[in-house]
Amino acid sequence: MSAAQGHAREIGGADAAERIAEIHIADLHAYYGESHALHGIDMTVHRGELVTLLGRNGAGRSTTLRAIVGLIGRRTGSIRLKGEEVIARPPHAIAHLGVGYCPEERGIFASLSVEENLMLPPVVAGGGMAVAEIYEMFPNLAERRRSPGTRLSGGEQQMLAMARILRTGADVLLLDEITEGLAPVIVEKLAEVLGVLKARGYTIVLVEQNFRFAAAMADRHFIMDHGHVAEVVEAAELEAKAHVFEEYLSV
Amino acid sequence: MLTDLLGFPPQVLFGQLLLGLINGAFYAVLSLGLAVIFGLLNIVNFAHGALYMLGAFTAWGLAQFLGLNYWVALFAAPVIVGAFGMGLERFLLRRLAGVDHLYGLLLTFGLALVIEGVFIKLFGASGQPYPTPAALTGGINLGFMFLPWYRGWVVVASLIACGATWYIFERTKLGAYLRAGTENPKLLQAFGVNVPLLTTLAYGYGVGLAAFAGVLAAPITQVSPLMGSNLIIVVFAVVVIGGMGSIMGAVVTGLAMGLIEGLTKVFWPEASATVIFLVMAIVLVLRPAGLFGRVA
Repeated sequence: MSAAQGHAREIGGADAAERIAEIHIADLHAYYGESHALHGIDMTVHRGELVTLLGRNGAGRSTTLRAIVGLIGRRTGSIRLKGEEVIARPPHAIAHLGVGYCPEERGIFASLSVEENLMLPPVVAGGGMAVAEIYEMFPNLAERRRSPGTRLSGGEQQMLAMARILRTGADVLLLDEITEGLAPVIVEKLAEVLGVLKARGYTIVLVEQNFRFAAAMADRHFIMDHGHVAEVVEAAELEAKAHVFEEYLSV
Repeated sequence: MLTDLLGFPPQVLFGQLLLGLINGAFYAVLSLGLAVIFGLLNIVNFAHGALYMLGAFTAWGLAQFLGLNYWVALFAAPVIVGAFGMGLERFLLRRLAGVDHLYGLLLTFGLALVIEGVFIKLFGASGQPYPTPAALTGGINLGFMFLPWYRGWVVVASLIACGATWYIFERTKLGAYLRAGTENPKLLQAFGVNVPLLTTLAYGYGVGLAAFAGVLAAPITQVSPLMGSNLIIVVFAVVVIGGMGSIMGAVVTGLAMGLIEGLTKVFWPEASATVIFLVMAIVLVLRPAGLFGRVA
């Protein structure tokens, strides 16, 4: 990719030094009970960027997202969201900084209808998508708005899980394995949606297994291994650093 | 009439059915509160009977010391006892989040013993009378039975409380939060909902319902420290029968069990104290999650 394209992406400013760090993580450790899951993560994501967390199962990718939104009880180090330190804040306070989280298991509520699921997350900032706009983006959800949330197909549930955080005005999106187990046509639809979101200036962290899905859009890839960030690969370095992907992602 | 064929005068049958309906109304309101509490706190609230008793005593105290009448107490006592409940949740029950259910059971059972013990010490075990509100004394002869106004009111008021709770849970945004919080509280909190606060409010509401039932009961039974512990065992059987999962289930099962108990009193009086437990045993064998419970 050319440098000109690189600049066009930078919403925070023309120079790298002026870019605004939406997520700044330093020496993050996280624990599940006795198990030490993250061993000192350092990571910066700028406003308007789309980055991926790649790695094998258990490398700490989902844990990193869970740590950012506060779902891991014991964490140390520093997580700054839009300049605010959140390491000691409860999850509900973190969400109100404009963070939208889409969990790996999708987290659709069975006792809520599709529309109730969609309307559930509180508005955390201005500028969220209108419900009409969301239904336009995901017409299937509009058709099935009265059904119980978990009656939807896997793909529809994934769209619902995405749609409900777009309504809230969150502009930092943490998306965990959104293409997992879905048909190619749905994956294509999700790619299209991500493209729209990126063009609108959302900051997106994508945990993915499907490297092809992510590579086309991402500005940067964080390769995780054993609770560390093993490598950072810029979009421009994809070919030069192909060996990195071989080393950390091949099974 | 069918009842004549069976050899029972209609007065007896309908009288017992009314009694059953009243008991069922209490079961419904109390098991409803338990279901709300279990949903968000994952705690089987054994203090529920003591809090029901506190509701009745608060009504009695408001009349005795402040001269406030029944209608004031019907609103004030649930608020006062509910606030006390929120204090319990905030400072005691919250500490048990994430540990085995058994600890919640032990703590709330202990609280019930302490609260009841204090009231026995203060007021004696025998109980205080509480007058029926003047507007609801007397009754009406329906032909087949005599309906005391107050008993009718208890059924109506209970159904209103159940209906309002159902409406809140199923038709409002707060209800969507409560249902979502029952299913996956962590994710709900990650969306920006203050789940700890929601949990405190849910406990306060469940306790408020218990206190409301206590005030309703005050003119019927007596206001005595052990009025709750006598009732709560049956209520837990009702909860097991209905299953913990559903608001509607708690209400329907509560009323149905009251009616079954009433009918049994007509046809086989000796069994009336055990019939609910018999139903419980059968349901546990056939449907361990309860009639309305979601199978995990």
